[in-house]
Amino acid sequence: MEDLVYSVSQVNTYLKTLMDKDRFLSAIFVRGEISNYKLYPSGHHYFALKDEVGAIRCVLFRREASRLRFRPENGMKVIAFGHVSVFPRDGQYQLYCGELSPDGVGALHLAFEQLKEKLFREGLFDPAQKKPLPPYPKTVALITSPAGAAVRDMIRILGARWPLAKVVLLPVRVQGAEAPAELCGALRFANRWNIADLILIGRGGGSMEDLWAFNDEKLARAIYESKIPVVSAVGHEPDVTIADFVADVRAATPSNAAELAVPDIRELGSRLAAFQRRLGQAMHLRLSMARARLEKQNVGVLQYPMRYMEGKRLLLDFVQQRLDRASRVYLSKERERFSALAASLDALSPLKVLGRGYSIAAKTTGEIIKNGLDVLPGETITLRLQKGGLFCTVERQWKPEQPVTPGAMQKEEQNHGETKAGL
Amino acid sequence: MAKQKLGFEKSIERLEEIIKLLEQGDAPLDNALSLFEEGAGLLARCGELLDQAEQKVLLLSKGADGAPAERPFIAVSQPGKNEDTAQ
Repeated sequence: MEDLVYSVSQVNTYLKTLMDKDRFLSAIFVRGEISNYKLYPSGHHYFALKDEVGAIRCVLFRREASRLRFRPENGMKVIAFGHVSVFPRDGQYQLYCGELSPDGVGALHLAFEQLKEKLFREGLFDPAQKKPLPPYPKTVALITSPAGAAVRDMIRILGARWPLAKVVLLPVRVQGAEAPAELCGALRFANRWNIADLILIGRGGGSMEDLWAFNDEKLARAIYESKIPVVSAVGHEPDVTIADFVADVRAATPSNAAELAVPDIRELGSRLAAFQRRLGQAMHLRLSMARARLEKQNVGVLQYPMRYMEGKRLLLDFVQQRLDRASRVYLSKERERFSALAASLDALSPLKVLGRGYSIAAKTTGEIIKNGLDVLPGETITLRLQKGGLFCTVERQWKPEQPVTPGAMQKEEQNHGETKAGL
Repeated sequence: MAKQKLGFEKSIERLEEIIKLLEQGDAPLDNALSLFEEGAGLLARCGELLDQAEQKVLLLSKGADGAPAERPFIAVSQPGKNEDTAQ
């Protein structure tokens, strides 16, 4: 009996010997997708290779890893060459890789691409179908895990930016088999009861497998059907899920989603201040316009006597200025008119006439003589000439009807010249 | 009720409209005055809303009747702690 009982390490060692002898297992190519990839400080790489059904633990030692031509990453489909053996310390068998090479696209990636293509063709990503986000949400629903950094970040940022909004959390699982159904359920619940005017759905960062619930087709359709706008916030910046494509807005991270979801109260405060300024200015302008018009129409009925007075004062200034300006213009016009008048006066001046050879006859009293019969023969009269004058004694008179010129008259005897009075 | 309370969004929209109307400057005076009063009222109320805002965070679950049931959510109060503080 005692001979039939073995120690753990005996079993492990036996298995190891068995496996190491096995020619099939000693040099084998394995195709799979890298998962749970970890690079230890020792330089050894630990990961699992998996397919749709199972997984196998793998190790790539530093010596072999130094020959790698690429950087292994989770989700990467690779072909590993190596041998399978047991690690006696924990009894786990694993693939000791000698070589690792990429193998096209991993199955998860393929599934992702296929679903993306399908939903794209159905129009679920159509930009025209995307709903605008409300500019000032009253209630923001978070569909995410109640634990973890993501929900805390979102609540903190929402609170700092827009404390006016109520935040309701619909707690769900965000990874694992039940996650898609819970996410869909929460979305439909939010819509049925119209509990918010904006939904943020998402989770913090993780491996591609961790985020896989957000590549679920049913979830994609639930997001598409949501009447409430949906912002997706899955993982970190480079992580892209189907949910991101179908959501109305894709945020890079949960924090980013919170920033996109609500306005910043500080920005709004300065906007309101600007409104206040503009409102005041516009009203001020409007009032002074009204006052000016009121004055023009001379309407006396006023609601605000003081304002009326102010207006009057302003108007007075205004009118005074106008008056000033107007009088200046008027004066200069008058001045022009005056010099014009003066010019014509000058033209009409009798002195000018004298210059042309006429003379003015006057009695000694100074009275201008216009009628020959006004003076008597023997009387002394004066003749004013251009230069100087003459005292003359009247010899004879002639009547107005006598068509005789004074010149002809004087030189009657000598000649009958028709010359004008030349003196 | 003559003056129903507008939501924040509508208040902002209305404010923009009022300012535009006033800036155009062709509204009749008493109209302009009442616009101004309305604008000043909206500004005051928006300012008040901003000043008094205090965010409520609620955990929502399905109540017995299937309708949403709210209760306070207080996970935020432990920053830096372990992330797995599920309720």
